[in-house]
This record gives sequence, C-alpha cells and structure tokens, in this order.
Amino acid sequence: MESFSPLSAAIGGSLIGLAAAVLWLGNGRIAGISGIFGQLLPPAQTVVWRLVFLVALIAATFVAAKLLPGLGVGGNVRAILVDAPAAWGVPTPIWLAIAGLLVGVGTKLGNGCTSGHGVCGLARLSLRSLVAVLVFFGVAIVTVTVTGVV
Amino acid sequence: MAVLKLPYLATAAVSGALFGAGLYVSQMVDPLKVLRFLDFTAIPTGGWDPSLAFVIVPAIVVMFIAVRIGKGRTAPLFDTAFHEPEYKRIDGRLIAGAALFGIGWGMSGICPGPAISLIAFLPDNLWIFLVALFVGSYAGSAIIPSGHARRLADAQ
Repeated sequence: MESFSPLSAAIGGSLIGLAAAVLWLGNGRIAGISGIFGQLLPPAQTVVWRLVFLVALIAATFVAAKLLPGLGVGGNVRAILVDAPAAWGVPTPIWLAIAGLLVGVGTKLGNGCTSGHGVCGLARLSLRSLVAVLVFFGVAIVTVTVTGVV
Repeated sequence: MAVLKLPYLATAAVSGALFGAGLYVSQMVDPLKVLRFLDFTAIPTGGWDPSLAFVIVPAIVVMFIAVRIGKGRTAPLFDTAFHEPEYKRIDGRLIAGAALFGIGWGMSGICPGPAISLIAFLPDNLWIFLVALFVGSYAGSAIIPSGHARRLADAQ
C-alpha cells in the first residue's frame, strides 16, 4: 500500500471529470482520448479541435508537473515505462510495440478506452460502455497476472 | 462552422488542460501505478494500490452531473447538437476490441490518455508505444470507418 494516495487520486479524478463535463456541455463532445486521437487522419473532418485538445493536454501535464513536482512521477520522480518481464524473453521495445498495437486496434474496434467508456460512458449510464469496461478491466487484470509484468 | 470559432476551440483547450492536469495530479501518468491497481494478486499481501478506483469514481460522478445538466438543454453552448456516440450495439466487435485493449493495457499499464500525456516527460521507448498505438488505431479504421457519416452508416 506504500504508493496509495487517495486524496491526490480523487482531486485528479475530479479534474478529469471536469474536463469531460466542459467538453460535453461546451461542445457536445465525448472526452474519449482514443476517439479524439484516433480521428486525426483523413477522412476525419474535425481535426482542429482534436489537435487543440491534445496539445493542451500535453502542455498542462508538463505545467502541472513543474508547479507540483512533489506529487511524484513526471515531477521529482523520472517517468519510465515498464520493462518486458524477463521470463518472456521478449525485448522491451518489442513488448511495448505489441502493447501499443493492441491498445490502438482494441480501442478503435471497441470505440473507446478508459476515458470514453470508463468515465463518459458509465456517467451516461450506457450499458454498452459498462460491458466494455468490465471486459477491458477483467482482461487487463488477467493479463497482469499471466505476464507478471509488475 | 461551429468547429472553428474561438469559444469552441477555447473549450477544447480548457478541457484538454484539465484532463492533462488531472492525469498528473492523480499520477495516472505512471504506468507502474496503474499496473499496481490491475495486479489483484497483490491484494492478499497488502501490495495492491487502489488509487485508480479513487480516480475514476469522482470523474464519473462529475461527468454524471454534467450529463444530467445536458439533458435539460437542447444543445451544448458552442455547437448545434450533442454528439452522442454513434454505435449502440453490444456485439462481438465491442467485446473483441475491449479484450484486445485489455491485453495491451495489462502488458504496459498505458491507456490512451496517459500515453499522450507522457509526451510531456518523454520517457525512454514512449515513441515506440505511440507509433504502435497510432498504427493500430489506423489499422482498426479498416474495420471501423473514420469520419462521422461513414460510422453512422456502419452503425445501422
């Protein structure tokens, strides 16, 4: 439990919820990152707001880490990605490339990720999103156990 | 066209900024922290980190209130209509997609939001994940069409 941080988690979560609320009530758009990111290429016709959103997201992550470095990774602690589990004999770059491909294909086929289905979909009481959330959380939990990546 | 007006783009910027700040403050930018939530085998030993649940529940509650407010309005402030998700069916494609995403998420601890926000810190190997994410997403477009009109036709 050494890394458990309920207060900063809840404040951060509320900010994410506020982000989704602003985009929905302001522009009528779902703040689903895979959807915003996955529709940047032609024939998508709404590239400008998507780019503005993503650039602001990156900039705010950077600024928040500069203002509040004590919160951890990205601040006083260097951000690192995980290494491939040694037992699998796969080089880390290959492991991460496979993971990235699966996240990309999966969120496109399932039309959403942790933000689109998890935050916005559940808040909209969408049964479709509930099914998606149960599946991707369940599969991710099994995957962590099977791969021993932690 | 609504999408190029300043208030519309400013709203997108404010939303993106709140999202990025939230990902850092909640430390969901840390793949290991996410994996420590997904590692249920650590529950008996006391090594489990429930933080992710403390992030997503308040986020859902705030958005739930916004959705309720939205139901009393015919349109959002800066566009002519709410863009409801096009797909409604619970089908094999949804399940398969969510399962593939779950595998990739469990392998890396990185879902799309943190993947983008980590660009702020440029950890080693991030670009490999991002290129693969983009390639995977674009490959998926062969099955799920890109663009509103095409998706609406596909969702029928």
